[in-house]
Amino acid sequence: MSRIEVLKTYKIYIGGKFPRTESGRYYQPKANGKLLGNICLSSRKDFRNATVAARSAQGGWAAKSAYNRSQILYRIAEILEGRRTQFIEELIQQGSKKPQAEKEVNLSIDRLIYFAGWCDKYTQIFSSVNPVASSHFNFSVPEPTGVVAILAPEESGLLGLVSQIAPTIAGGNTCVVLASENIPLCSITLAEVLSTSDVPGGVINILTGNRKELIPHFSAHMDVNALVYCGNNSSEIKIIHEAAVDNLKRVILRDSGSYISDKYESPHLISSLQEIKTTWHPVEKIGAAGSGY
Amino acid sequence: MKNKIDYNSDWNLDPAPESTGHINLKSKYDLFIGGKWVKPKSEKYFATINPATEQKIADIAEAGQADVDAAVKAAKKAYDTVWSKLSGKERGKYIYRIARLIQEKAREFSVIESLDSGKVIRESRDIDIPLAAAHFFYYAGWSDKLEYAFPNRQPKSLGVAAQITPWNFPMLMIAWKIAPALAAGNTVVLKPAETTSLTALKLAEVIQEAGLPDGVVNIVTGYGKTGAMMVEHKDVAKVAFTGSTGVGKIIMKAIAGTNKKSTMELGGKAANIIFEDAPLDQAVEGIINGIYFNQGHVCCAGSRLFVQESVYEVVIRKLKDRMESLYVGDPMDKNTDIGAINSKKQLDVINNYIKIGKAEGAEIYQPKCKTPKKGFWCKPTLFTNVAQSNRIAQEEIFGPVLAIQTFRTVDEVITKANNTPYGLSAGVWTDKGSKIFNLTSQLKAGVVWANTYNKFDPTSPFGGYKESGHGREGGLHGLEPYLKFD
Repeated sequence: MSRIEVLKTYKIYIGGKFPRTESGRYYQPKANGKLLGNICLSSRKDFRNATVAARSAQGGWAAKSAYNRSQILYRIAEILEGRRTQFIEELIQQGSKKPQAEKEVNLSIDRLIYFAGWCDKYTQIFSSVNPVASSHFNFSVPEPTGVVAILAPEESGLLGLVSQIAPTIAGGNTCVVLASENIPLCSITLAEVLSTSDVPGGVINILTGNRKELIPHFSAHMDVNALVYCGNNSSEIKIIHEAAVDNLKRVILRDSGSYISDKYESPHLISSLQEIKTTWHPVEKIGAAGSGY
Repeated sequence: MKNKIDYNSDWNLDPAPESTGHINLKSKYDLFIGGKWVKPKSEKYFATINPATEQKIADIAEAGQADVDAAVKAAKKAYDTVWSKLSGKERGKYIYRIARLIQEKAREFSVIESLDSGKVIRESRDIDIPLAAAHFFYYAGWSDKLEYAFPNRQPKSLGVAAQITPWNFPMLMIAWKIAPALAAGNTVVLKPAETTSLTALKLAEVIQEAGLPDGVVNIVTGYGKTGAMMVEHKDVAKVAFTGSTGVGKIIMKAIAGTNKKSTMELGGKAANIIFEDAPLDQAVEGIINGIYFNQGHVCCAGSRLFVQESVYEVVIRKLKDRMESLYVGDPMDKNTDIGAINSKKQLDVINNYIKIGKAEGAEIYQPKCKTPKKGFWCKPTLFTNVAQSNRIAQEEIFGPVLAIQTFRTVDEVITKANNTPYGLSAGVWTDKGSKIFNLTSQLKAGVVWANTYNKFDPTSPFGGYKESGHGREGGLHGLEPYLKFD
């Protein structure tokens, strides 16, 4: 008798734990006519829980040294590399051809390495020392915006997801991500990679579910600082813009396109989720004009 | 205290009024569209008054829809046919001309600014107008250097920028808006605040004198309605607004779902924090400057003061003493520290908050100084015994009202300071460098002053976190909101 395959229950990822949705709901995406699984249909409450987790993780994550964050991103890539086969199989299961699947996994790993390298460098690129006319030392540095909600690309379940998460956390933000609705498998398997990669719980939270249902909640939540929208549905964009106004969250629109393109390797994906802080301090000039406090 | 000076008995200085002669003001101003003065198609005018005397200074046109359409059309035409085709170098030379002309006419601008806004001549003369000129001078030089500011990104201009400026720093905010917009290669339709249009209209004369191509800068005057028409205009590519968070949100809703870029420089409720090891006399000077500068009509005003408990009593005593020595009155007098409240409307807002503060149980202190009979005045005010939940500690008052709280530990004050939806600015006073950097890195605010307050410079980026807005004005970072990239 042939062996009975053990099937996997796909969960969501909140605060470093793997619950099923609190709502008990599920949906059944298919690929090539075959069921992918009973995937969690996450609720507003799941999103709120995830945001609480992201908020409590944010201070600690931003306070880590850039060198440490860099090593943690590198660690994600290492663990992902070790599980290449599993991701390739999942991508094939979701309808990719094998060479395409291999390329997507390889690029995802490489992209993590790319952003790992930026963690301790982007600050130097985007900072400035400002030559003010008064006797002050004045400098501007980027700081993480805070908690970022991400509506991940629908058509690129792994590479697209990694391409959004990596620059967000490289910049010291934490995030709550809604994975691709129709090809969600890699997102949860990626969560398993994250939970074994030294990424503190709550830094990345991953939900699966229905985009249309969750968009209003993602956009309106008062403790989310920025929202990244991947897609080009103009009515969705309008809903997001309008709801985001209540706490003036930053809305970043990223058109979906081919994530293979190297335009997704850019430090500007980091800087778009940063705030610029300017600090002033007097410079004492004894005996010279313009001294003072 | 013995031998304390009674500033109300023997401390009267002789008047030292700045002359209001040698300024050129018309009795009636039309709209500045396409390089010409045109009568408003709306046929409406409104009066602008001197808030220190309540006397009318001039009549100002109120732009309606047809006028806004004409202004945007002129700006679009100027963008398409002239300004976008001009080299960065030539654009820069025009902006340098504007900077120079403002410097040449600095006295006239200062006097008009103080007459129209109620701010003291000392501030308009030494801060507003020189800084406005400096902004044009700084950004002029960027015009032909944009690719060095944004390497590998091919920066391009956006098109027509609709810019709406506030009444607290009328001319300076106009400079913050127009200078980077022009340097980046955009054309402009600007609406100054309705109570302070005059320096904008004087700037229109400067722009004519500078020979700027017609339509590159258009200045339309009017109320919020006029601003709304600008924001909603389909040919506007960029909206830049400085004002209240409430209005900023209305604007963001209005442009939802469009491709319009925006910069929002909105309200604040800044924490100004004094530690026991601070140089207290300097700190008290900084607190006074932080909250009473420009009558407290400052989005980044240090309106929440946090004093470490161990020095609370001495700081409050020094503060009250210093408040007694402040001169409130004629903005045109060179000795005046606190001028007129900008409008009756704003005075009502401030007085209402003072009433709320008392009703909430906070303790009020105001110096004994007298205020003139005519005009809009508010004595410098502080509240002690303020709770974190009090409205005077939560909401932006935009007047000379300071809410004082105490703290014991560093962590406590960081939590309290950050406990606000705003995030524009903050101040820290301590002699310990490591403490300064702990605070400045943890305070969620776009501008942090350490052992100083309310300092501004064209090279220094300014703007808020959270509900204080987005985008930066000033410095290299202030160019980005006026550009697009491949």
